[in-house]
Amino acid sequence: MQIIACVKRVPTTDAAVSVTPDGKGLVTDGLPYMISFYDEIALEQAVQTKEALGGEVTVLSLGPASGSKEIRECLAKGGDKAVVLTDDEWMTRDARATAKALVAEIEAQGADVVFMGKVATDRDNASVGPMVATYLGWACVTDVVALELGEGGGTAKVETEAGLETLEFSLPAVITTGKGLNEPRYAGLKGIMAAKKKPLEEKTPELEANQAMVASLAPPPPRKEGRLVSDVNELIDALRNEAQVL
Amino acid sequence: MVFQQLDFFDLEDEYSEEERMVRDAVRAWTSERYLPLCMDHFEAATFPTEVVPELAELGVFGPTIPEEYGGAGLSNVCYGLICQELERGDSGLRSFVSVQGSLVMYPIHAFGSEEQKRTWLPRLASGEAIGCFGLTEPDFGSNPGGMLTTARREGDEWVLNGRKMWITNGTGCALAVVWARTEEGIAGFLVPGDAPGFSAPEQKHKWSLRASVTSELVLEDVRLPDSARLPHARGLRAPLSCLSSARFGIAWGAVGAALACFDEALAYSKERIVFDKPLAGFQLAQKKLAEMATEITKAQLLALRLGRLKDQDRCTPQQISMAKRNNVAIALDIARTCRDMLGANGVSLEYQTGRHLCNLESVYTYEGTHDIHTLAVGQALTGLSAFR
Repeated sequence: MQIIACVKRVPTTDAAVSVTPDGKGLVTDGLPYMISFYDEIALEQAVQTKEALGGEVTVLSLGPASGSKEIRECLAKGGDKAVVLTDDEWMTRDARATAKALVAEIEAQGADVVFMGKVATDRDNASVGPMVATYLGWACVTDVVALELGEGGGTAKVETEAGLETLEFSLPAVITTGKGLNEPRYAGLKGIMAAKKKPLEEKTPELEANQAMVASLAPPPPRKEGRLVSDVNELIDALRNEAQVL
Repeated sequence: MVFQQLDFFDLEDEYSEEERMVRDAVRAWTSERYLPLCMDHFEAATFPTEVVPELAELGVFGPTIPEEYGGAGLSNVCYGLICQELERGDSGLRSFVSVQGSLVMYPIHAFGSEEQKRTWLPRLASGEAIGCFGLTEPDFGSNPGGMLTTARREGDEWVLNGRKMWITNGTGCALAVVWARTEEGIAGFLVPGDAPGFSAPEQKHKWSLRASVTSELVLEDVRLPDSARLPHARGLRAPLSCLSSARFGIAWGAVGAALACFDEALAYSKERIVFDKPLAGFQLAQKKLAEMATEITKAQLLALRLGRLKDQDRCTPQQISMAKRNNVAIALDIARTCRDMLGANGVSLEYQTGRHLCNLESVYTYEGTHDIHTLAVGQALTGLSAFR
């Protein structure tokens, strides 16, 4: 089975981020990076699928040429080869242009199944997965928290607002992964040594112009200072009359 | 709280991509899997044995041993970074891994027969077998050459008698590398944990390295075939070379302990309000922080240079002595200063600094005391031995 895991390099979730002077982006100098949380789950699912059904896992990422450490870590965790579509503007590339670039490479590589996180933890777009499936004309299941996959198709449990929904789908498919689907493994030291010898190819993709642009970016307003109340009656009064939530 | 490593001199640039990957993998494991367990095990004076399979899966047992024997074939700088990250968790965790790798797997790889390597190394790398290293005796620590444990030839067999003390991982071990006096000098033996006459009672009531098992080894007419002797280990140089390998890891590990304490005290001092402003805003606090950051940075540079020299096969035991001596001493001083900055909280195990402080008192003494390493450096500088 040909398996592709799409991953995005994002600032670490504990990184102290600041907005650029033009108010449209993040200061990226010195930012620590990681593979997006949900993409780690996608990679793990891709590796588990390979371990269960055989085949090969290709790690695919749109990102900077200098971001090889995080991609190499994906190879240490079980990816067989990696393709980086180099784009120094990857952080601000919109979902549509990102999806189109990924689709061109997925079509060139050929795949039975593509895994990616349900959302990237930097911009919370959540739309690249469905867009990739749409451009490819493939089945798409999103926010998958349980999965059974065989030759030709599978069954997925999907989180919805109403509860768990069970879906059957045929391959090829794009599956976006949610929290709880699996527990991503650590990069073992032997895996890190093996990853050095695995192919990591950088390609220059054809990128379409963004259609969604960031107009402005601002940190959330500071939270108002809390107030200590002296008893329950005062708390209920404040909730009822000031906050008006009761 | 997320660990923020002090890197005042941008040392990140000095590490290769592989080295950073190794460090980050062990760092993530330590933060997510080990630290949540550590406080309770320290308090209960137990080692969390449930992490052994995870450590093996991670590959930290004998990582510099070649892959054909179950190791990962990593560089010495990588090994140092592994020790740094494990000891950021707890010196007991790093001790466990140091003993398994540097004091058990290393001598088998360096001095063992091919059969001994094939028999033991893969089992030790996978964590299936846990080993210990018996050199120190109740009355012979800094002067191991005076050891009283003997190995006597009887026909085709060796008969071992004696006692070893302060042995990490002794109780329940599958294998003890025991050093004993023979008629031809000091020799090393692979003693299976279930050998008749061998026992390893645990040493209780420690207030340091509590999340680590420390044992006495008792050998009463332990009979071993000659195939249990390490054939290429001749004289005291063999166990001392094992200690050089372990001390190298300690020089790095101590940096990890210092980083953990510093990180905790720095974060605390910025949040703790005293006299209506953060503790970190006072000159006395800043002096402490600046001095600690300076010492950590110097220790990081010392460890890194030592590692680069070791990877080029140019590192001397005296350089290792200087690095172990300095880095453990500054880590202990830093732990004490951080304990001070944490105020009363510093004596609570809810904060990690007190645990590191207690542990580092052992690390200061084991694997060559601070004073003995001072004399090793003194001898290298003057050509004069001041040991006796």
